[in-house]
Amino acid sequence: MPGDPALFAYVLRLGDDSLILAQRLSELVGKAPELEEEMALINIALDLVGRARLLLTYAGEIEGAGRDEDALAYRRDVLDFRNHLLVELPNGDFAHTIGRLFLVAAFDEQRYGALRHSADARLREIADKAVKETAYHLRHAGEWVIRLGDGTEESHRRMQTALDRLWMYTGELFAPDSVDEEMARRRIGPDLRQLEEGWNRRVNAVLAEATLDRPQASFMQRGGKDGRMHTEHLGYILAEMQFLQRAYPDATSW
Amino acid sequence: MTTDRREWPVYEVFVRPRNGLAHRHVGSLHAPDPEMALEWARDLYARRGEGTSIWVVPASAVTASRPEDREAFFAPFEDKVFRHPSHYHIPPDVENM
Amino acid sequence: MYTQGLDGQIGPVREAETAEEKAREAAFQAKIDAEIRIEPSDWMPEGYRRTLIRQISQHAHSEIVGMLPEGNWVTRAPTLRRKAILLAKIQDEAGHGLYLYSACETLGPTRAELVEQLLAGRAKYSSIFNYPTLTWADIGAIGWLVDGAAIMNQVPLQRCSYGPYARAMVRICKEESFHQRQGYEIMMALANGTAEQRRMAQDALDRWWWPALMMFGPPDKDSVHSAQSMKWKIKRVSNDELRQRFVDVTVPQAERLGLTIPDPHLRWNSERGHYDFGEIDWEEFHRVIAGNGPCNRERLEQRRRAHAEGAWVREAAAAYAEKRARRRAA
Repeated sequence: MPGDPALFAYVLRLGDDSLILAQRLSELVGKAPELEEEMALINIALDLVGRARLLLTYAGEIEGAGRDEDALAYRRDVLDFRNHLLVELPNGDFAHTIGRLFLVAAFDEQRYGALRHSADARLREIADKAVKETAYHLRHAGEWVIRLGDGTEESHRRMQTALDRLWMYTGELFAPDSVDEEMARRRIGPDLRQLEEGWNRRVNAVLAEATLDRPQASFMQRGGKDGRMHTEHLGYILAEMQFLQRAYPDATSW
Repeated sequence: MTTDRREWPVYEVFVRPRNGLAHRHVGSLHAPDPEMALEWARDLYARRGEGTSIWVVPASAVTASRPEDREAFFAPFEDKVFRHPSHYHIPPDVENM
Repeated sequence: MYTQGLDGQIGPVREAETAEEKAREAAFQAKIDAEIRIEPSDWMPEGYRRTLIRQISQHAHSEIVGMLPEGNWVTRAPTLRRKAILLAKIQDEAGHGLYLYSACETLGPTRAELVEQLLAGRAKYSSIFNYPTLTWADIGAIGWLVDGAAIMNQVPLQRCSYGPYARAMVRICKEESFHQRQGYEIMMALANGTAEQRRMAQDALDRWWWPALMMFGPPDKDSVHSAQSMKWKIKRVSNDELRQRFVDVTVPQAERLGLTIPDPHLRWNSERGHYDFGEIDWEEFHRVIAGNGPCNRERLEQRRRAHAEGAWVREAAAAYAEKRARRRAA
């Protein structure tokens, strides 16, 4: 169904989440706490770039305006990005990096798990791949949350601080808007409220093993996935990521 | 600058390339514990999909023969040629042997 | 990515004196001559061990530092395909560094000691990574020229007499087979692109050509340890011979791109059947090796920063492992 605006918006959200988190992870090249971990983080970044390519290609096809994966990644500004706020936050220290990855992977576990049964065949196909990748991302990030939480006094404090700071960006994951509702109605996307239960179970189990406190529910930020209010960070991510395409608009091949 | 950590132990990594084949030693890595060793072994030694199964074993758990054992261990087999099929002379017209 | 013929000092090595020692060295050399690989627990002369430690650790450090100039562009890769390729390539380099650290550890030093030598500035690594990546074309030039030179260097090392090093090189050569091709593909896209892209491509070739030739190390006449390394079959082909091979295969590739190699003395010598080329600025080479290249300080500072910032993480993982082991034992 070309020109399906709700489906386009929905697939763009999925694609932008992968793209922006991949971009954040690629910033860590040469900066991970140990080389083995650097390889693990790059593997995850590679999975996410691959997923972003599939999703943005599909989004472009739905839109039917001739935009491919790169046109969507490199030629949109902040106003047109639809990722959750959580993925655009800076990497911070390793506790923030791994804490964010954990929270997102736990969400992706639920989200792509549900999308394997989507009424949309392309999304089912992408979800089949994403579920496998995400299982590793979640396992790896979860193992680290446990090690940092139950490691030294310093690592515990850092991990708890990271979770406390990230927490207000998790509400957006489960707050449906009109796009989510339409997708759920058409059985393309999941009912977000139903995902929350599985996410809570997973997150609570890891936090308990990590001897960490689940942060108190507080005010929840929103505005990423509907594009109403991104953080200031996104503009810098795009300025860096899109530099070549913006500086050399006449170039057609790289 | 000093070494700031209790050094992580070495794990030996074994990968089964595909079902039907034995796990084969592919290398080693440092890791704080066996689970991390396993995850990193996947990223380091199977990132091109080289395996269907991975073992990690603490290098300290390996008991190895020493070079000075070589003669005692392996030389005594050299004269037991009767263990090899080519040792036996069967007329060529005897088939299926 | 590669080892340079860096003839660092390995310190004084005691010569074989007694008849027994001489016989042992002769037996060792006989094994080498018979193409029998040396394995970690085998006896080896101290000079052989130290030469290998020096070469393998420099090679490992080069892989790790070599990630940085490319990492400089990974967040700015111009397409998602290029971003994925570059990430995969940098990841391979981390892996290759790790294979090589492992190979080096079989000779005695621990990984922590090797890393500390790098961070303290006492270890050498390939001079090429002390040059900056200023434009995207540099990522193409690194793949094409730097990886191209690396492959020249590394292919013969697959037959190195030391088993763990040779095995690491087999794996590395196999995995790196795409690295040079992706670089050349970038250069092709730029050379066939807009005037600005072509300018970028030529500029990158201009800046990387000579440093790439330096990657093969000092000329044979000044390479003091080469003869012994060749005798031990640690090294199989001389610096100058590898350099000549590299020039011979690369010149036609540059021509195919329509780019000009920045050497007025470069010309085909039909008598020799090789390209003649101009004199390398060895002063620059020694200056960069000694720590005064354009990026030496930045590269080491970045490695030090990552190591220092990761200290609490490594501590936490070690502390957790101890706690867990205690709990299991209880």
